[in-house]
Amino acid sequence: MRIGVITFPGSLDDADARRAVELCGGDGVALWHADRDLKGVDGVILPGGFSWGDYLRCGAVSQHAPIMDAVRDFAVDGGPVLGICNGFQILCEAGLLPGALLRNAGLRFVCRPAEIVVEQESAWTRGIRPGTRLTVPLKNGEGRYYADAATLDRLEAEGQVVFRYAPGSNVNGSERDIAGVRNEAGNVVGLMPHPEHAVDDLLWGGRDGRAIFTSLTAPTSVPS
Amino acid sequence: MPRVAIDVLLKHEILDPQGRAVERALPGLGYADVTDVRVGKHLELDIDAEGEELSARVEKMCADFLTNPVIEAYRWRVITADERADA
Repeated sequence: MRIGVITFPGSLDDADARRAVELCGGDGVALWHADRDLKGVDGVILPGGFSWGDYLRCGAVSQHAPIMDAVRDFAVDGGPVLGICNGFQILCEAGLLPGALLRNAGLRFVCRPAEIVVEQESAWTRGIRPGTRLTVPLKNGEGRYYADAATLDRLEAEGQVVFRYAPGSNVNGSERDIAGVRNEAGNVVGLMPHPEHAVDDLLWGGRDGRAIFTSLTAPTSVPS
Repeated sequence: MPRVAIDVLLKHEILDPQGRAVERALPGLGYADVTDVRVGKHLELDIDAEGEELSARVEKMCADFLTNPVIEAYRWRVITADERADA
């Protein structure tokens, strides 16, 4: 399973994402924002960071990168796409996911562990039983998920809220405690917390994040 | 060449924590009776177009890139040299 990780100018967590893929049994493939093809990968990750310095709006410049045309085609064809933090912002700006990410309600950059609940099936939560709690690092200044009330109602009704902050973990003021969403088909997923930073026992944070990546690299049946 | 000024704010129903922080700071600085503070962006640019074409190009630029219609509202106008905010 070859999983591409796109590096934009200002991406920070691209190497971590590739390493997480490798630790979970996949091949991490480096992709470059100015390229136009995805090198035949089986999945694509848009990593965290501050692409283009967050100028204008987070993700506003990156959504027009040359490689994004290929990402759009890949997504439309059902290919698995995961956006983490800045990657989530880019997917929202690109219209591949609903909603947007705004400045944290408390205005502060937040860096702390977050507990999130996996609520729905998706390409990136295939091996995780709904209701499972994961503890993964959260680090963002603009992580307040927003969509209008009608869109939020639709997301809830259609089962597109994939991750929700557990009580006490919604530190950025996201609407309805939403930490991550998916598109209607379930192949495109975005979340603010960083599963790629929770894959190694040697570092703080445990390895709860692995379940996201093994959904693709080593899907197992959901235990009943 | 016409100069266009574009003002961008978060939609009114969306919490603007920056605006709220400023609003809360004002009374302590002696500026009383100020409410509903919103902090946004002001963009200015020269564009080589006129009339309908200018309108269409500015609107498209705003919709595609300069603003995000999910969260932001904007207004634009053609300004004279002495209306530049940096004049």
